Amino acid sequence: MALLQTIDLKRYFGETRAVDNVNLSIEEREFVSLVGPNGAGKTSLINVISALLQAESGKIIFRGEDITRLSTTERVKAGIARSFQLVNVFDDLTTFDNVALAIFSRQGKTAHLGSLAHLDEDVNREADGILGQFGLAAKRDGNARDLAQGERKLLDVALAYALKPKLLFLDEPTSGVSTRDKGQIMDTIASVVRGEGITAVIVEHDMDVVFKYSDRIVVMAQGAILAQGTPDEIRKNEQVAMVLLGSSGPDGFTRKD
Amino acid sequence: MPAARTGPSPKLLLAVAVPAVLVLALLPTVIGLYQTELLIYGLTFAIAALGFNLLLGYTGLLSFGHSAYFGMGAYTVAFIVRDLHVQSMELCILGGLLSTLLISALFGYVCVRHTRIFFGILTLALSQVLWSLAFKFFWVTGGTDGIRVPRSSVTLLAGLLDFKGAGAYSRFVYAYYYYVLIVFLIAVAVMWVIVHSPFGKALQAIRDNETRASFVGIRVRRYRWIAFVISASFTGLAGALWVPLNGLTTPEILYWPFSGELVFMTVLGGFRTFSGPIVGAIAFNYLKVYAVASSQYWQLVLGCVLVVLVMVLPTGIVGTIGRFVAQMRRP
Repeated sequence: MALLQTIDLKRYFGETRAVDNVNLSIEEREFVSLVGPNGAGKTSLINVISALLQAESGKIIFRGEDITRLSTTERVKAGIARSFQLVNVFDDLTTFDNVALAIFSRQGKTAHLGSLAHLDEDVNREADGILGQFGLAAKRDGNARDLAQGERKLLDVALAYALKPKLLFLDEPTSGVSTRDKGQIMDTIASVVRGEGITAVIVEHDMDVVFKYSDRIVVMAQGAILAQGTPDEIRKNEQVAMVLLGSSGPDGFTRKD
Repeated sequence: MPAARTGPSPKLLLAVAVPAVLVLALLPTVIGLYQTELLIYGLTFAIAALGFNLLLGYTGLLSFGHSAYFGMGAYTVAFIVRDLHVQSMELCILGGLLSTLLISALFGYVCVRHTRIFFGILTLALSQVLWSLAFKFFWVTGGTDGIRVPRSSVTLLAGLLDFKGAGAYSRFVYAYYYYVLIVFLIAVAVMWVIVHSPFGKALQAIRDNETRASFVGIRVRRYRWIAFVISASFTGLAGALWVPLNGLTTPEILYWPFSGELVFMTVLGGFRTFSGPIVGAIAFNYLKVYAVASSQYWQLVLGCVLVVLVMVLPTGIVGTIGRFVAQMRRP
């Protein structure tokens, strides 16, 4: 049984078909990339699945349960977490508190108002461990707003990861960072995600990143799924190259401009 | 390897809290009766501002209707004393807290469905409903005359201390000072634990980024509602403590300018610091008393102070001192 399945999922913005009858299936432990030109509906699709947007019709089945009408927090509790295209962290909290808060939430402790957060040794230890995994240990006591862009991207992912999700959506985790930092960020994310056996769906424009890290690539255009397959299959797909590059070489993505 | 500690330093806390408590405990012996009375007012307002700041400083919600909860606490004590003939201040406080809790649970349920200006307007509108009830239902509330709560009608510590006979006024002021001080210290300790608890961190997360907060699994609206009720309850507690000292409660305490004064107190001290509202409330009380005593244009004086404050010291008294100390420490 697939971990996630969308059935005829639709979300329109007026005449614009952001998500148009999408039938997508994600298996456990897969590392899937969602690619496509701007406006293809990649972010809209994960927004609908994570409940930032409501679906107009269709179904979202997660671990065998219909979650289409569940709220954001209910989907988080069910095991879906995400990071954002534009960094979305708690700027006035420390880097440590950002991650600790996600752990408190996962453990159902955020409603506790009679205990001191900083005395919870288990949470402290786990939060420090996660900051170490994401290379943010040296920045633990500074405010999140003072982090560099690449570090903020990593913190955004670390926040989602600290929820120990079954399914993790990463919306352009390397956008706005330097080419050198891109590789470092993706290596960190891939090692953490694969190490924990988390299923990851990543929205990404950089095809080098996509081909290097993905088990499967899903190509979207005009709100619908155009093609899907392994990196090799997508690399050779001329229709995909035409959509992504505007023209195709003799062998799909092998064309060099 | 043990996890590294985060959070406030216990040494720093003790270094600030112990001298502050000692000073507050010894002050009445040197400042005289009138100043002690002023300080009691300051401490009651500090409890109210502390509660108010749970919403403004920690949750990011600006209420213009907290006069409702201060007034609710005050009127409940007045009703209990007048109609139930209960003298115990402890029972009066309990009644004040319960009524505030109930009304704020109802009002909060409506208000937290919105944020920003809509939240502020809703809190203002609902507080004015209570004000108009107190104003119009004079056969219950005494109308503009209000309800008297003479100090001789209350006892402290389950009847151990009463205030009748010769010298009752000064006995009341000194005893009530220590009574309010103890309640104040308990309120400060409780609020300190709340804002440093996982719940307090969740509120700060909601203040910073409510979308992200919901994506880490925090039920934003529910947490705002709980914060609203706690905040209002602190303000209601302050109202309950204020009545015997003032000797009278009138609809004025439910009217919107008092909500504005709570905002003023909090901004004066600094709403991004824990102790800011406390310092702001005590300072504002002195400022208002001496402005009223020295000029008929006292509102103008307060207005000018507010303008200067916002333009020159946007982080308030405590925030500015904190920044100054941080600069001095820098090598």
